[in-house]
Amino acid sequence: MDFHLTPEEEAFRAEVRAFLDENLPPGANTSDPAFLAEWNRKVRAKRWVGFSWPKEVGGGGATIMQQVILKEEMSKRKAPALGTCFMGLAWVGPAIIQYGTEAQKQRFIPDILDGKYQWCTGYSEPGSGSDLASLQCKCVREGDEYVVNGQKIWTSIAMWSKWIILLVRTDPNVAVKHDGITCLLVPMDTPGITVRPIKNMSGGAMFAEVFFDDVRVPVENRLGEEGQGWQVTISALAHERSSIAEVEGLKRKLEELKDLARRSTKNGRPALEDDGIRRRIARFEAKIEGMRFNGMRALTKQLKGEALGAETSVNKLLRAELEVALGEIALEMQGSAGHLEKEVDGGRWQKFALSWPEVVIGGGTPNIQKNIIAERVLGLPKD
Amino acid sequence: MNFGFTEEQDLLRQEVRKFLDAHCPLEEVRKLMETPEGFSRDLWKQMGELGWIGLTVAEAHGGAGLGWVDLTVVLEEMGRTLFPSPYLATTIAAAAIREAGSAEQQARWLPQLADGSKIASLAHLEPSDRWDLAGVALDAKPQGGGVTLNGAKVQVLDAPAADLFVVSYRSAGGVGLALVERNAAGVAVEATPSIDATRRVGRVRFDGVAVAADALLANASDAALGRVLDLATAAVTAEMLGAAEQDIRITVQYAKEREQFGHPIGRFQGVKHPLAEMFVDVESAKSILYYAAWALDERDADAPRAVSLAKAYASEAFARVGVDAVQLHGGVGFTWEYDPHLYLKRSKWARPAFGDADFHYDRVIQFGEAK
Ligand SMILES: Cc1cc2nc3c(=O)[nH]c(=O)nc-3n(C[C@H](O)[C@H](O)[C@H](O)COP(=O)(O)OP(=O)(O)OC[C@H]3O[C@@H](n4cnc5c(N)ncnc54)[C@H](O)[C@@H]3O)c2cc1C
Repeated sequence: MDFHLTPEEEAFRAEVRAFLDENLPPGANTSDPAFLAEWNRKVRAKRWVGFSWPKEVGGGGATIMQQVILKEEMSKRKAPALGTCFMGLAWVGPAIIQYGTEAQKQRFIPDILDGKYQWCTGYSEPGSGSDLASLQCKCVREGDEYVVNGQKIWTSIAMWSKWIILLVRTDPNVAVKHDGITCLLVPMDTPGITVRPIKNMSGGAMFAEVFFDDVRVPVENRLGEEGQGWQVTISALAHERSSIAEVEGLKRKLEELKDLARRSTKNGRPALEDDGIRRRIARFEAKIEGMRFNGMRALTKQLKGEALGAETSVNKLLRAELEVALGEIALEMQGSAGHLEKEVDGGRWQKFALSWPEVVIGGGTPNIQKNIIAERVLGLPKD
Repeated sequence: MNFGFTEEQDLLRQEVRKFLDAHCPLEEVRKLMETPEGFSRDLWKQMGELGWIGLTVAEAHGGAGLGWVDLTVVLEEMGRTLFPSPYLATTIAAAAIREAGSAEQQARWLPQLADGSKIASLAHLEPSDRWDLAGVALDAKPQGGGVTLNGAKVQVLDAPAADLFVVSYRSAGGVGLALVERNAAGVAVEATPSIDATRRVGRVRFDGVAVAADALLANASDAALGRVLDLATAAVTAEMLGAAEQDIRITVQYAKEREQFGHPIGRFQGVKHPLAEMFVDVESAKSILYYAAWALDERDADAPRAVSLAKAYASEAFARVGVDAVQLHGGVGFTWEYDPHLYLKRSKWARPAFGDADFHYDRVIQFGEAK
C-alpha cells in the first residue's frame, strides 16, 4: 500500500492547481456566460475535455491517475464542468469511439468535445425501465432507411437536444431479449418526432416523453451492427470510473451540513451539540470515506489492468443512501421550518432534498444494484 | 498510488489460511472452546515457530518487523475461522511495550513475546467501562522508584492464560504503563466467561502490587497509550471484519442450497438484498480499515480518525451480520450445530471492544472540530 504519487503525477497535480489559481479565482462568478465561455475554451485547449479519450480523436489520452487527479482537483474547487455536452462526453462519445465508423467519429466527436450541441439518451420506455432489455420501440428497415415507431420516456433534456442516442427493437422474434436491439443516432428535428416535457416533483421539467411516428433514419446513422445495440450501449455505460468526483461532492455537502448544524437549534442548543445529530453526521462521514477508499481499491485494480466487478454498484448504493439521508437530516435540523420553501439558506436544502431521484433512480435503482451485487459477486441465483 | 496488498501480503494470507484450514477448522474450534484453556498450546507453539506471533515485533527482538497492514491480513484470516488463541492479546501487549518501553525494556520482554514463550495482555478497561484515557483510574502510589498498584481491570483479553500484563494506571504524574507478571504478589486473575466461548477474558485485581522502577514503561504518556489503543482498535477491527465476511459467506452458501417454494431461498430478494447490503457495509469498512492500518504504519496524523471510522462502521456492520445470518438460516440458525451463532456471539464481544460505534463516532466528530 502506498498513497504517494509519482513525481510526474505530482507535477500534473501542480499544473492543474496552477491552472485553477489562474482561471478560477475565489469569488469567480461561475454562472456568468462570459466566464463560462472563456473557461470552456481554456479547458478544451488543455485537452481536459474528453481527457480519457485517445489523442487521435481529439481527446487527452490521459492515464487513469491523471484522470483521477484532474477530477479531484476540479471538484475540490467546485470548478465548472469540463465540457458542456454532458451525455455526449459520458457515454455517447465513448460508444462512438468504440463502435462507430470513421465517418461517424469525424462527424460527431469534435462537436461533442467542443460542446456544439446537446445529446440526449433514449433508452427507457413506459414499459421498460429497470428491465431495459424488454424495450419495444419498433424499427424496421426499408432500403437504406430505418423506420421507427414507438415511445421513449424520462429522456433527460430531450427538449434542448439536437441528437438522440436511441435503442430500438429491430427483431421482435429473438430467444434472448437482449438480442434484436439496435442503436441509432437520430437528429431530434427529424419529421415524426414529438417531445412532451414532464414536470418533475421539484416543479421543473428536465425530462420528457419522446414519440416516434414513422421516423426515417438513414442506415448510416446506425451505431454498431444491427442487433448489437445492447453491447454498444452497455459497454459505454461501464465507462464510469472510481466515483472520485462524487466523493468530493459529498464531502463538501457534509461540511455544509455541519455548518447548518452549527446554526440550527435542537432542544435549545446548537444541533451540532446534540449526540444524536453528531453521530448521524459521523456515520455519513464513515460511508463517504468508505466510498473514497472503495474507489481507491477499484482504481488500484484498474491500474493493474484488472476488470472492475461490482465495485461500482457498491459505491452507487452508498451514494444513493447518502443522497437521500443528507437531505433528510438537513430538513430535520430546520425543525418546523423544514418544509418552508425559502426560509433557510434561500431554500437550497429543500431543493437538495427533492433532487435525489436523479441519482437514486436515474442510473439504476438501489434494488437493481443489490441484485447485481447478490448475483454477480455473491453468486446467488437470478430472479 | 497503490491501494492493494503486496504479493508478499497475499502470500502471507494464503499461508495463514492454509494453516488455519488444516489445523483449526471450525470443527476444531468447537472442540477447543469446550476445553478449560480454550486454545491449543501446540498450535500456539507452531505459530511462534512460523514467526507469526512476532509479526509486528522488530527483527532485532526476534520478530518479523512487519507493520499493521500485514497484521491486518493475518487477523482477517483468524477472524474468518474464529481462531481461538492469545494472538490478539499478545500482539497488542507487544505493541504497548514497543511504543512506550525503553530500549532495555523492549530487549528484555519482546523476544519472549515474539516466540510465544510468554503470553501477554494489555490490562486497560476498568469497571467504569470507559475505553478512553479518562477511564484510566487504577491507583498507583509511589513506592521506592516504582509504584504500588491498587484496583481492578476488567475484560482483559486472555487474562486466564496471560503470563504478563501491561497495566495502565494513573498516578500524580498522569497516565503510566506497568509491566506486571501474573505470579506477582497481590495479582488475582479471575476468568469471566463470555457467551463467545472462542474468546477468553478475565478480571484482574491488583491488591498492593509492588512494581519496581524498571517495570514502569519509560516512555509511557497520554500520546503513547493513545496510539496503543488505536493500534489495538485497528487490530480488533481487522479480526471482526474477517469474521463478518465469513459469516456472510456461510449464509450465502446456505441460501444457495436451501430450497423453499421450489427455489433456492437465495433467489428471493428478502434474502439476497440484506446479503448485498451487508456485503456493501463490510467491504466499505474494510476499505477504511486498510487505510487506517496504512496510516498507523506511516504515523500519519489522520490515523486516529481513520481507526475510529473503521471501528464504528465495523461495529454496526458486524452486529447486523451476526443477527441477520442467524435469521436468514431459519430454524437451523438457532441450533448449536450450525455455525452462525458462533459468529453472532463473536459480534457481541467485538462490538464494544475498544469502544463501540457511538464511542468512535463521537471521536470522529471531535477530530473534525479540532481541525
Ligand atoms: C431524473 C431522471 C433522469 C432520467 N434520465 C433518463 C434518460 O435520459 N434516458 C433514459 O433512457 N432514461 C432516463 N431515466 C430513466 C431511468 O433509467 C429509469 O427511471 C430507471 O431505470 C427505473 O425504471 P422505471 O422508472 O421504469 O422504474 P421501474 O423499473 O418500474 O421500478 C419501479 C420500482 O420497482 C423496483 N424494481 C424494478 N424491478 C425490480 C426487480 N427486478 N427487483 C426488485 N425491484 C425492482 C425498482 O427498484 C423501483 O423501486 C431517468 C430517470 C430519472 C429519475
